[in-house]
Amino acid sequence: MPIAQRWRSVLLSLSILGVLLAVWHAASLPEKGEAAVDPAYAALVGNAAASGSKTPFPGPGEVGEQLWRHLRDPFYDNGPNDKGLGIQLAYSIGRVLLGFAAAAVIAIPLGFLIGMSRTVHQACDPFIQVLKPISPLAWMPLALYTIKDANTSAIFVIFICSLWPMLINTAFGVGSVRRDWLNVARTLEVSRLRTALMVVLPAAAPTIMTGMRISVGIAWLVIVAAEMLIGGTGIGYFVWNEWNNLSIANIICAILVIGVVGMVLDTLLARAARLVSYRE
Amino acid sequence: MSLFRNPFDARTRLTCGCGRHASQAEHDRALCVEGEALQSHAVESAVMRALFPEDGLRRAFLKTVGSGTAIAAIGALFPLAAAKEAFAQSGGPLEKQKLKVGFIPITCATPIIMAHPMGFYAKQGLDVTVDKAAGWALIRDKAMAGEYDAAHMLSPMPLAITLGAGTAGAVPWTMPAVENVNGQAITLSIRHKDKRDPRSWKGMKFAVPFDYSMHNYLLRYYLAEHGLDPDTDVQIRAVPPPEMVANLRADNIDGFLAPDPVNQRAVYDGVGYIHTLSKSLWDGHPCCAFAASKAFVTRMPNTYQALLKAIIEAAAYARKPENRKEIAAAIAAPSYLNQPVTVVEQVLTGTFADGLGNVIKEPGRIDFDPMPWQSFAVWILTQMKRWGQIKGEVDYAKVAREVFLATDALRLMKEAGYPVSAQADKAFSVMGKPFDPNAPEKYLASFKIRRT
Repeated sequence: MPIAQRWRSVLLSLSILGVLLAVWHAASLPEKGEAAVDPAYAALVGNAAASGSKTPFPGPGEVGEQLWRHLRDPFYDNGPNDKGLGIQLAYSIGRVLLGFAAAAVIAIPLGFLIGMSRTVHQACDPFIQVLKPISPLAWMPLALYTIKDANTSAIFVIFICSLWPMLINTAFGVGSVRRDWLNVARTLEVSRLRTALMVVLPAAAPTIMTGMRISVGIAWLVIVAAEMLIGGTGIGYFVWNEWNNLSIANIICAILVIGVVGMVLDTLLARAARLVSYRE
Repeated sequence: MSLFRNPFDARTRLTCGCGRHASQAEHDRALCVEGEALQSHAVESAVMRALFPEDGLRRAFLKTVGSGTAIAAIGALFPLAAAKEAFAQSGGPLEKQKLKVGFIPITCATPIIMAHPMGFYAKQGLDVTVDKAAGWALIRDKAMAGEYDAAHMLSPMPLAITLGAGTAGAVPWTMPAVENVNGQAITLSIRHKDKRDPRSWKGMKFAVPFDYSMHNYLLRYYLAEHGLDPDTDVQIRAVPPPEMVANLRADNIDGFLAPDPVNQRAVYDGVGYIHTLSKSLWDGHPCCAFAASKAFVTRMPNTYQALLKAIIEAAAYARKPENRKEIAAAIAAPSYLNQPVTVVEQVLTGTFADGLGNVIKEPGRIDFDPMPWQSFAVWILTQMKRWGQIKGEVDYAKVAREVFLATDALRLMKEAGYPVSAQADKAFSVMGKPFDPNAPEKYLASFKIRRT
C-alpha cells in the first residue's frame, strides 16, 4: 500500500515539526525578572532588561512574523545597505554561479588531462593534496590584497572551493573508464579526440556530475561565510547586518532561506545527473 | 573686430580678442579680476534683493543713508565677506561627482552617515554612496585598494597607514577632519556588577574594536594607571563592534571599551552596564576620523574640498543639542546603524540608562568637533610607541603635520560657524596628567608600564 505509506510519512514529518516548534516555543518563553525599576529607566531599555533579565531568544511566533514580513516584500531596495531578502539571495546565487562556472571551466578539462595521463596525474597530485584541504576563507585576505576588489574576491573564494571536488571527481571518472571500451575504440581506429568526446566523456559523466553536485553544495556553504566577511550585498551580509542589530529572529529567517536555496541547487544538479546516468 | 585688423598695417596695434587689452595675457588677467568683482557684485545684489524685495525701497534707503553707511550696516547684519568667499570657493568644477564613502555602523560615523539622508552631500553637488563595511581591516583594505574614495576610520589608522604599521606598505594618508570627540565607554558584563574597582580586573578578557584605535590606547592607559599591565595582567583582543554584544552575552569577554551604540545596546539588552564614559578619562578626546588618501586630496582638490565641507557642515549641525533627536531617527534606519531608535537617541542626547537602574544625564557624552589638532596625533604616536606598535625614531611633529590636515578644516569650520580659536595647537590632559606635544619622548619616558 504505497499511498498509505506515503501519508504515514507525511504525518510523521508534520508531527516532528510540531514537536520541534512546541519545544522551541516552551524553551523561549521569556523568564520574568524580579527587579523593579522606575518607569523612566524602563522606557530607555528593552522589555527584558527593564525587569532585570536579558533579552530572550525569539520564539516561533516572532520568527514567523519576521519571515512573513521578508517574504511579502522580498525585492525592496532602500539604497546600497538595505535591500530585500530576494535581492540579497540573487546576489549570492549570482556569485556562486559565477565562481562555480569559472571552476568548472578549469576543473573539467584539467581533470580530463589528469585522468588520461599517469604522468600528469603524478606530477599534479602533490599540489592538489596540499591545496585541497585549505579552508576557502583562508584565501580571503590574500584575494583582497591581490585582486583589490571585495566582490571579485568573494567570487574567487567560491572558485577555489568548488575547484577541488570537480577536479578530483573528473580525474577519477576519466581514469576509471572501462579498458574494454577504450580497447574497442582503439581497434576501430577512432582518433584520440573522438575517443575522448564520444567514449570517455559519456562514461565519466555521472562521476563528473557528482563532483559538480558536491562543489555547488560547498560553494553555497562558503558564500555565506565569505559575504559575512566582505559585507555589501548577499545573504551572508544580511546575516551579518542582522547580527549587528542582534536580531536573532531575522537571522533564523535567513538560515531557513539559505537551507531552502541550498536544497533547490542540489535538486537541480541531481536532476542533471540523472540525465547523463546510464546502466551498464 | 580686432581679429580682422590687418596685422601688416603699421598703424594698427595688435590687441587681444576683445580689443581693449594690449595682449591676450593682459586680457586674461583683467578677465580674472573682473570675474572676481562680478562674483562679489552678484553676491551683493543677491543679498540686497533679499533685503529689499522692492527696488524703490532699496533706492530710497540708499538715498537716505548713503551707500557707505548701507554697506557697513548690511555687513554688520550679514557676513558679506564670508558669503563672497564661499561663493568663490564653490566655483571650481568637481573632478568626480559619484563618490563611495565607507563607514562602520557606529555613532562615531554620524556626520558621514547623516550627510546622506539629510542632504549635506547633495548640497555640495556630490552623489555619494555610503557603504557599510564589516570591519576596520576591511575598510582599510578597501580604502587602500581605491574602492572607497574616502572612509570613516579610527583616528590612529591614517597615522598607522602612513607609517606602514600593520599594513603591507606605507602609503601617505590624510585625516582632514576628526568626526567625533568623546562618545566611547567602558562596558562590563552584568555579572561583574560589583567589580567597579579596575584593580580587581586582573585576568579579565577585554575587547577593543581594532589594534590601532583610540579605544585600545585609552583602555591600556586606563588599566596601566590602575596598576594593571594590559599585556600580561589582562587579555585585550580586537573584535569588530557589531560582534561585541553577542560576545559579551556569551561570556566570551568580560567587557570592552567600545564605540556607541554598542555600549548602550548592551544595556538595552540587559547584558552589560556602562562602567565609565571615555569622557571621564579624557574630555574631548578624538575618536573616529574622516580619512582619505593623500592621492585623493592632491589629485581631486575640488572634490575633496566639497566632501570635507559636507562633513564639516554635517558635524556643525550634529553639534547642536536640539538637532540630536532628528539625527538619531535618521541614522538608526536599517541602511545605516540598524539599531532601535531609542538606543541611538540615548547616545546622542546623553540622557541614558546605565544598566544598573540609573538614568544618567551627560549632554557631553558625544560631541562633534572636526578640528584635527596636531597634538592629538602626537599623543596617538606616543601611545603607538608606548605599546610597541612602532619602533625607533619617530618625527612626531612631521608625521602629525602631514596626516592631520588642520588648515582646510580650520577654514571650513569658520564658514560652518564653529567658534574657532586662534591657538596653534590644543593642550589637554589625560586622566589628570597634562600632555606637552613638544616633548613627546619625555612624556613617554614618564610612564612606568610601557614596552619601549
